[in-house]
Amino acid sequence: MAPVVRARGLVKRYGSLEAVRGIDFEVHRSECFGFLGPNGAGKTTTMRMISCVSPPTAGELKVFGMPAWAAGRAVRRRTGVVPQENNLDEEVSVLENLLIYARYFDIPPRVSRPRAESLLRFVALEDKADWPIPRLSGGMKRRLLIARALMNEPDLLILDEPTTGLDPQARHLVWEKLRSLRREGVTLLLTTHYMEEAHQLCDRLVIMHEGRILVEGSPREVVARHTAPFVVEVFEPPPESLPGLAALEAVVERVERLPDRWLFYAQDGEALLAKTRSLPLDPASVWLRGATLEDVFLALTGRGLLE
Amino acid sequence: MSRTATVAPARRSLLRDLLRVPDVRLRSAWHLWERNAAIYRRTYRMNLLPNFFEPLLYLLAMGLGLGAYLARIQGFEYIDFIAPGLVATAAMFGASFEVTYNCFVKMQFGRVYDAAMATPLTVEDVGLGELLWATTRALVYGVVFLAIAAAFGTVHSWWALLAPLSVALVGMMFAVIGLTFTAVIPLIDYYSFYWTLWITPMFLFSGVFFPLDRLPGWVQAVAWFVPLHQAVNLMRALLLTGDPGAAGAAALWVGAVTAGLFVLPLNLLRRRLVR
Repeated sequence: MAPVVRARGLVKRYGSLEAVRGIDFEVHRSECFGFLGPNGAGKTTTMRMISCVSPPTAGELKVFGMPAWAAGRAVRRRTGVVPQENNLDEEVSVLENLLIYARYFDIPPRVSRPRAESLLRFVALEDKADWPIPRLSGGMKRRLLIARALMNEPDLLILDEPTTGLDPQARHLVWEKLRSLRREGVTLLLTTHYMEEAHQLCDRLVIMHEGRILVEGSPREVVARHTAPFVVEVFEPPPESLPGLAALEAVVERVERLPDRWLFYAQDGEALLAKTRSLPLDPASVWLRGATLEDVFLALTGRGLLE
Repeated sequence: MSRTATVAPARRSLLRDLLRVPDVRLRSAWHLWERNAAIYRRTYRMNLLPNFFEPLLYLLAMGLGLGAYLARIQGFEYIDFIAPGLVATAAMFGASFEVTYNCFVKMQFGRVYDAAMATPLTVEDVGLGELLWATTRALVYGVVFLAIAAAFGTVHSWWALLAPLSVALVGMMFAVIGLTFTAVIPLIDYYSFYWTLWITPMFLFSGVFFPLDRLPGWVQAVAWFVPLHQAVNLMRALLLTGDPGAAGAAALWVGAVTAGLFVLPLNLLRRRLVR
């Protein structure tokens, strides 16, 4: 089956700034595809090109098999967009926000009203239908933005940092809703800064950095391919333990020394943990965990602030 | 040589950007009109009521108050003389408020246009929707003013039946001009220039309150190019003098300027928002 999104050598330049520097990827039907990367990596720019609000500078970008920019209206008709920043109509109620948005897609009120009501149930806002927007919490606004993006029953839902700024309860609710949409066959495309979120939701993901794609694969594959499976963290090691810790370098794959802790990446975590027991360390300051996407992310994009 | 070589293509592309045929679909533009109408519907009582008081105050203060001290102007009572110009001015104000402050806030702070551009609407549809909406507001403003002016007995010609249409035309012209300004300014503060150096001087010197025929010839020559002056001529010909020739000439001017500038705000908005 043809991919929902296909990019080949996709480039976006703003004057002399090259925000996206020739990327290739494919998003398949009914999968959740994630764009990860630090700020300025080109994630949002890529999403804007896919949602046909920004023309590519060079390369090929097809959405639903159509050239993204040239067929913008037709692509956008089948796409839902959840923006990073709230752009609801503050002057009207929750329900009216959905009805007004549906009009943009030529959806008549007799269709949009029952659809809006059912979507409000879907995002657990059915008893807030008459509320003015300023009364909603951040999490409610985000859920309403998701409901709004679903008003045209899109085949592709694009979410730019869908849970940034939400509390854990709201975040889990949003994840649950997104998973249920994916089960219904909606293709999801999201950007996120949260590795946990990517792990929870994404079937496949790419990590972008400085306009390029560094890695691609399922969260498991990416972790397996780019880092050892276990990490031993040693918090604030006392000076007398440093020679012993330095000696461990020889038996692990990689060591990272941060101002407040040391990280050892190893194939056999238990064995490494046992070795630290002979060092003059407080056992509570030593912790064995599985390697995560975040470890890969930081290894690839660096720990320095990028903006 | 190298300098001209780098500058020239950019200039050509600016010109091409400004003159391109906008990607508009009337039905999509209408949806933005519907959005604005839905929001206006919630507040129209608050919005409309002052619209009734404003003409009342002007006609009482200037027409009856000041008029009592004045001789007839061009053979008309002063209140009859100023009423048509005030109708034209009402259309100008109605459209201008909409496409300046209101549009800028929607574009820059409410991100209304971003939301609409994620749907089948293009930025040009959004622009056209705003022009239609501003024209609607001008029509409401102008017709309310017209009704009150008529109640004061200032309408003297059956050509007045064409006044609502003319109010809409005048409103559209000022919508196009104002939206062009909105599309290029970086900060909302720039509107103080628009109002104090453009709208207010036009209001005072376009022949609303005094005729320009005794002013030096060059003033009249300049006045011919002033949009509000032509709008005032149009309204006065329809409401007061019943002169279809003068009305037609002014309407032609307003229509030509509106049509000539029409794609400008749409293409400038596109340049600004599509990046």
